[in-house]
Amino acid sequence: MFGLHYKLERNTIGFALAVIVVAGIGGFVEIAPLFTVDETVEEAPNMRVYTPLELAGRNIYIREGCYACHSQMIRTLRDEVERYGPYSLAVESKYDHPMLWGSKRTGPDIARLGGKYSDQWHVAHLNNPRDVVPESIMPSYAYLGRAELKANDLGLHLKAMRAVGVPYTDEMIANATSDTYGQAMPDSTFSSGLSKRYGDKTTVRDFDGVAGQVTEMDALVAYLQILGKLTDAAYSPVAKAED
Amino acid sequence: MALGERDPHTGHMTTGHEWNGITELNTPVPRPVYFFLAATFTFAVIYWVLMPAWPLWSTYTKGLLGASDRNALTESLQQAAAAREVWTKRIESEDYATVQADPGLMQSVRDSGRTLFTDNCAVCHGGKATGGPGYPNLTGASWLWGGSPEMVAETLRVGINSGHPEARTSQMLAFGRDQMLSRADVENVTTYVQSLSKPAMSKNADTKSPAAGTKAFETNCISCHGENGKGNPELGAPDLTDHFWIYGGDRQSIYTSIFNGRQGFMPSWEDRLSPLERKILTLYVLDLGPGPK
Repeated sequence: MFGLHYKLERNTIGFALAVIVVAGIGGFVEIAPLFTVDETVEEAPNMRVYTPLELAGRNIYIREGCYACHSQMIRTLRDEVERYGPYSLAVESKYDHPMLWGSKRTGPDIARLGGKYSDQWHVAHLNNPRDVVPESIMPSYAYLGRAELKANDLGLHLKAMRAVGVPYTDEMIANATSDTYGQAMPDSTFSSGLSKRYGDKTTVRDFDGVAGQVTEMDALVAYLQILGKLTDAAYSPVAKAED
Repeated sequence: MALGERDPHTGHMTTGHEWNGITELNTPVPRPVYFFLAATFTFAVIYWVLMPAWPLWSTYTKGLLGASDRNALTESLQQAAAAREVWTKRIESEDYATVQADPGLMQSVRDSGRTLFTDNCAVCHGGKATGGPGYPNLTGASWLWGGSPEMVAETLRVGINSGHPEARTSQMLAFGRDQMLSRADVENVTTYVQSLSKPAMSKNADTKSPAAGTKAFETNCISCHGENGKGNPELGAPDLTDHFWIYGGDRQSIYTSIFNGRQGFMPSWEDRLSPLERKILTLYVLDLGPGPK
């Protein structure tokens, strides 16, 4: 019974290879099926992509390390669903590269934050969280409102996203910079093609309430207001559950 | 296989390795190890049969127990709803006055309403619902859009300037910035508005006479705020004669409101909260204040 083993353990390279093969079988059986099993990622045919402004906001969210305290993942637990809304589906993070599910909640989960509060509230809260939530321990991000958004390279960001599977069109990539300004400056000439390219539900607003310039605050608030709103796929299974 | 010879002391074989005359015993694996190995394998096989386990290309074995986190969640939500049904059914079916008159039901409203309020409303209106700059105080019976339960429930449902198709919409114009009033007029109206809630001011010799602002107030403000400044809940125009100020009642704040205008925002909760949850919240906030007299 141990004959092969006696031989193998006397051969360093052979034994190392055997360990890799055995561990590899475990990994293959656990990981590979995720790409073939239908139920891993749900269908969401009407899901829209992030606009360049929202993507810029997402980059700021990552840069500032927001994910260290805020998760974007509502788990299948009663208390989470009752507090935050329907549990998160894999498809909702389909265009998130990298995903920002997070693993720690110092602050609340924000997977379904979009539309819950007003833009003014978000700006006031990011400027000084204690102004609106006295017991908050979140740091102030007032400098985002003073930093002009770097928008001239967003076409490249869109291109990078397309390389990993986000369906941005050539037109979206070509117009990324003007779309960025257009979304944060309603009534400007830049806004014209935005809803044609990204859908009628795209919000065109002056997110930070300061007209005439597009700041990092605009981008971050635009991103926070789209959280959980790229698709409504999550609402169908839960609606069924509540019946 | 070059096994060594039997060790005279223990009776076990040696491995055949030898270092300067020292040989290595080839002691057999203890029995308990085999026992636990067999036990864990058995457990695994039973687990495969009972629980979701093996991938089958586009699907997987579901297991005999039919375990699923999502189904378990659905079930626990249903159980929770059923446990609450004793009182939620009555809140859903009975009208506001009946619920408000029932101390037992109102206790349930307070208990569940506090959690709902903290999760959804407190970040703007404050943990004690006393509001803050830009966010109305909900405890003062000073309601922009009417304080009857039906009106409060409607505001919760559609929101204010929220983008909801039936949303309540309202805007205070920027009388100064958009040059509808001169700076001097804005000053005068500010004094007049201040005097509405502070009758003593008109007798105070130090301040400019509020009367100077009367004319500009009558031409510009009464269409929304009413002749005596009492406001109009149909238009969401606040009462200027009470002591509740959304953006502050000091001179500078009032001046800014008149000069730059204001437009508040209350989200629509129709998609986020169920009709029952909105009814509980309506009853909860009305219970916080003195209520409609």
